[in-house]
Amino acid sequence: MPGVPVREEPLVRWDWIGRNWPAIQALLADHAVMALVPVAVGLLVALPVGLAGARWRGLYQPTVGVVNVVYSLPSLAVFIVLIPVTGLATRMTVMVPLAFYALAVLIPAVVDGLASVPGHVRQSAVAMGFTPLRRLLRVELPIAVPVVLAGLRVATVSSVSLVSVGALVGRGGLGYLFIDGWQRQFPTPIVVGIALVVLLAAVADTLLVLAQRLLTPWARARGTA
Amino acid sequence: MNWLAEFFGDAANWSGPDGIPVRLLEHLEFSAISLLLAALVAVPLGLGIGHTGRGALPVLLSANAARALPTLGLLVLIVLLMGVGTDVPVLIPLVALAVPPILVNTYEGIRGVDPDLRDAAYGMGLRGRQVLGRVLVPVALPLILLGLRVAAIQVVSTATVAAYVGLGGLGRFIVDGLATKDFPRTLGGAVLVALLALAVQLVFTLVQRLVVSPGVSGSRAVR
Amino acid sequence: MITFDGVTKRYADGTVAVDDLSLEAPTGEITVLVGPSGCGKTTSLRMINRMIDATEGRVLIDGVDVRTVDPPTLRRGIGYVIQQAGLFPHRKIVDNVATVPHLLGWDRRKARARAMELLERVGLDPGLAGRYPFQLSGGQQQRVGVARALAADPPVLLMDEPFSAVDPVVRASLQEELLRLQAEFTKTIVFVTHDIDEAVKLGDRVAVLRVGGRMAQLADPATLLARPADDFVAEFLGRDRGIRRLSFVSGEGLRLRTDLTAPASAEVSSVRGTAAPWLAVVDADDRPLGWVRVGELPESGTLADVRLAPYGTFVRGRDSLRGALDATLLSPSGNAIAVDDSGRVRGVLTRETLEEALRQAAGGAGGARA
Repeated sequence: MPGVPVREEPLVRWDWIGRNWPAIQALLADHAVMALVPVAVGLLVALPVGLAGARWRGLYQPTVGVVNVVYSLPSLAVFIVLIPVTGLATRMTVMVPLAFYALAVLIPAVVDGLASVPGHVRQSAVAMGFTPLRRLLRVELPIAVPVVLAGLRVATVSSVSLVSVGALVGRGGLGYLFIDGWQRQFPTPIVVGIALVVLLAAVADTLLVLAQRLLTPWARARGTA
Repeated sequence: MNWLAEFFGDAANWSGPDGIPVRLLEHLEFSAISLLLAALVAVPLGLGIGHTGRGALPVLLSANAARALPTLGLLVLIVLLMGVGTDVPVLIPLVALAVPPILVNTYEGIRGVDPDLRDAAYGMGLRGRQVLGRVLVPVALPLILLGLRVAAIQVVSTATVAAYVGLGGLGRFIVDGLATKDFPRTLGGAVLVALLALAVQLVFTLVQRLVVSPGVSGSRAVR
Repeated sequence: MITFDGVTKRYADGTVAVDDLSLEAPTGEITVLVGPSGCGKTTSLRMINRMIDATEGRVLIDGVDVRTVDPPTLRRGIGYVIQQAGLFPHRKIVDNVATVPHLLGWDRRKARARAMELLERVGLDPGLAGRYPFQLSGGQQQRVGVARALAADPPVLLMDEPFSAVDPVVRASLQEELLRLQAEFTKTIVFVTHDIDEAVKLGDRVAVLRVGGRMAQLADPATLLARPADDFVAEFLGRDRGIRRLSFVSGEGLRLRTDLTAPASAEVSSVRGTAAPWLAVVDADDRPLGWVRVGELPESGTLADVRLAPYGTFVRGRDSLRGALDATLLSPSGNAIAVDDSGRVRGVLTRETLEEALRQAAGGAGGARA
């Protein structure tokens, strides 16, 4: 066994959780807001951008290039580089970069989703006399939902997990528990933090799966991804 | 921009054990070792599971779980429990987080090969390993490389965060800068890390051009 | 010779894909397995090269039970062509074709030379050798698939709906090509299709399978069309079976009349007395020029000055009774002009003679159903 155990300390001290519950709850709420708002904003932006990308493929190629570059940037670096714009240790410090990450996942998801509409379905909609807008809303978007939601799930889960890195720049929701635990060499907050982050991600993911079931009843028989 | 000039313009930042070259090499070293270890585990496993179709569910579940796990939390917990002193405890989460993307993409790549192609390969008398090595892997190579690329980016990123628990590398500039309220240092570190990630991305794009058969990349483009 | 000896394939869930199949595919012939989907034709084919193993019974190649041979070794001696060609996308055309020779340990240069030779044999431009599969059309890919299967010169060729994914024109040319190759190489071919026209066109023998993997009838195409064993086979053969089977009745023995032709140089007056309503006009080289109606001849001049109606011809000795019938239907006179291989007129086939021949052919059909 390399290294030396820090002290005779159980992995989790349950009484600590009870004593600090109000603070933990506040961190959890803060974490949820910082993780989910960027995804929602990202979706609102990604829809029109993705529609444009699907409509004008020439426009989409460079967009994908930019999006790939953004997605490959380490989160901590992006948090810091944007601090002159977003300010230090505010919600914006974390939420603005996370919105970019969400965009990087969601724009391709929207484009791929629209591309997943079979050509014969689109053409029969045209042939039946749908106007372009109605065709988009009634035919193409519903069919694109599974792919878009798959992207939304990835973006949401990543976002929930990434918020905690923000703790290094002063605002990381549950990530604060990691810093706290490390500084006091006390594992309980760390374990609690990891558990709650994973739990939050799982709940959000489950809700999205349920949303998909509701939105695409025709896909239920085939089973969802 | 003044901050950047301040950091990069300072000659002291370019030499010594805390200089940019040394930190960069450290970062590359940790990243390369972690990626290599992860690949050694994940590529054969992904190939095996994809080829035989056995054990797919745990793989997919682990991939989702890995996406949800907070890297910072995992790092501090493992290092706290294993103790500081050597770099080994820090490498564990680095490797652990690099395994899922490689595993899943390798698995999906092999699974996704057109069944007709497998059929033709077996039908011509290739043996199981030959089918894997001569047909499935070359055709799945773009996805396998994608998995390695995602993992590499992940490792570079996690190694940065790992500076917080004492690992060397470019993350040191960020963490130390934050601790001493030296923002130019922090920003300089962040820019270096971002550039490194872009370089990794570029290297993988070039490798992909070199090793993927034009027949495979071409047919993808056509579709 | 490939022998199915009481072969049954039953899956774990109880479904029976092939039920007690006994069949012989003679050496050097094309045996076609045809039937609706779910009739076990592909399963049967795949039991020959052990892509699937039989539950009961034996499959023998030249008397050797395939179960006694290691599958990869067995398969290297059997050509295999599938629907989408299954070309390896990452390898150039020439390397695709050289796959099996390569596996068999041939020298690289020899394998490539063989591949180039085969590409030419299947009617492909050797310039395509350096391309990748995605750069070829579906028909070209399918030709490469055939070349690849032939590369190591296997005595047996298995073809699983090889031409069903290409358009009808390309399919017809691929079928012709296969017959030409077969005349050249004489392989033992087992060919699976759901298309009865393809089965009848290609097969020396046709095995019609019904759903559940049971043999409905095994016969040569002419017999199959003339005497389907039961309602299932008759229905599967389709409605115009009567006309199609004429393809298998030779037009060789048809009596021709030589008194109904006249050279273009003949004076109108010299043919005015002909008893028949139409005359076939030929040039100095005996090639057909067209029909003239005797009752509408002008007062004077030669036949060369008369406006001629277009003609229907068939090639005697090559075309079947169906070709002859087609020619009479296209001719304004109701008679057909018979030419030889070099295109010279040999005589005129009258409708009466043809009808007599058709009656005889129908008589050979026995109790054929409508």
